[in-house]
Amino acid sequence: MKSFLPLIFGMTAVTYLPRLIPLITMTERPINPLLKRFLLYIPYTALSALIVRGIIEAPTEMQLATIIGIVAAGICSFFKGGLILSVLVSVVAAFLVL
Amino acid sequence: MIEKDQTPIFTSIKQGVLTSIPLIFGYFPVAMAFGMLSKNIGISFRDTSFFSIFVFAGASQFMALDLINAGISTGNIIIATFLLNLRHLMMSASLSLRLQEIKKHWLLFIAFGVTDESFSVTSLINRKLNVPFLLTLYGLSYSSWVIGTITGYLIGSILPLAVQNSLGIGLYAMFMALLVPETKKSMPILCLSVFSGLLYIFISYFNLFSSSWSLIGTIIIASGAGAFFIKDSAIEEDKI
Repeated sequence: MKSFLPLIFGMTAVTYLPRLIPLITMTERPINPLLKRFLLYIPYTALSALIVRGIIEAPTEMQLATIIGIVAAGICSFFKGGLILSVLVSVVAAFLVL
Repeated sequence: MIEKDQTPIFTSIKQGVLTSIPLIFGYFPVAMAFGMLSKNIGISFRDTSFFSIFVFAGASQFMALDLINAGISTGNIIIATFLLNLRHLMMSASLSLRLQEIKKHWLLFIAFGVTDESFSVTSLINRKLNVPFLLTLYGLSYSSWVIGTITGYLIGSILPLAVQNSLGIGLYAMFMALLVPETKKSMPILCLSVFSGLLYIFISYFNLFSSSWSLIGTIIIASGAGAFFIKDSAIEEDKI
């Protein structure tokens, strides 16, 4: 089995440092507004690209179930909200199709 | 040493326990899904546990599984994780304003517990943030994440294949459930998300980047375009 230790410790560093540095420096230094917006938008663009990627790269026999699961999560999240509920509904919907 | 905060330690711990309940129940099934998926793509028990023990970042860990499965290189996965985690700079910067009285060595532990969920919970709390409260809150949610991962790894394979496959789709459901409420609040975020999805299709269809860079390229270009063209002050005040 391949060892993922380099990846794990690399990810630990790039996860921990952005959490730690602002706490330690404790400066209310104004961030360039352009940079700030860039950083703030990353989660949305990343999630969206990941979702689309998930559909494109899914194995053919899983593609329909993947789309239905994602749509179900979207609908549930839109009307009801809640991470866990949406995931559950999506998993059940996907299971019914598979 | 003089502690300026007069709340008794026991009370702080008790409030920490109460506040952590939604996080504990929220993390556990998601962590189980992580443990199970990780096993399914052939990652060892040790490495799966280490992901949750050391990295402790839900979206990043799931993304890593996805990218490992797609054969993306270690360096590129780390860069993608870094980009995804830059948002924590904002959260920690905002949190730091409320932690001025806390001694630096505690911040080493507190920083580790800053996640999207724990940040949302702490930013909604009006009480004074002291060390016992934060360590209890973060420690319990962290434990739930780690124990959930181990549980998922160990018992996930008992489940039938169709159930395992459907749980795999739960990953994208989670991404969707994180994204949709934000797009509902803000039209520009909705447009940006749609743009990012279309851009990814465009980039991957025409092979503009090598496959491992398609995702990172999309994120940088789409966020950059957003930063230039969208001046949505509502979302910024909401997050900071």
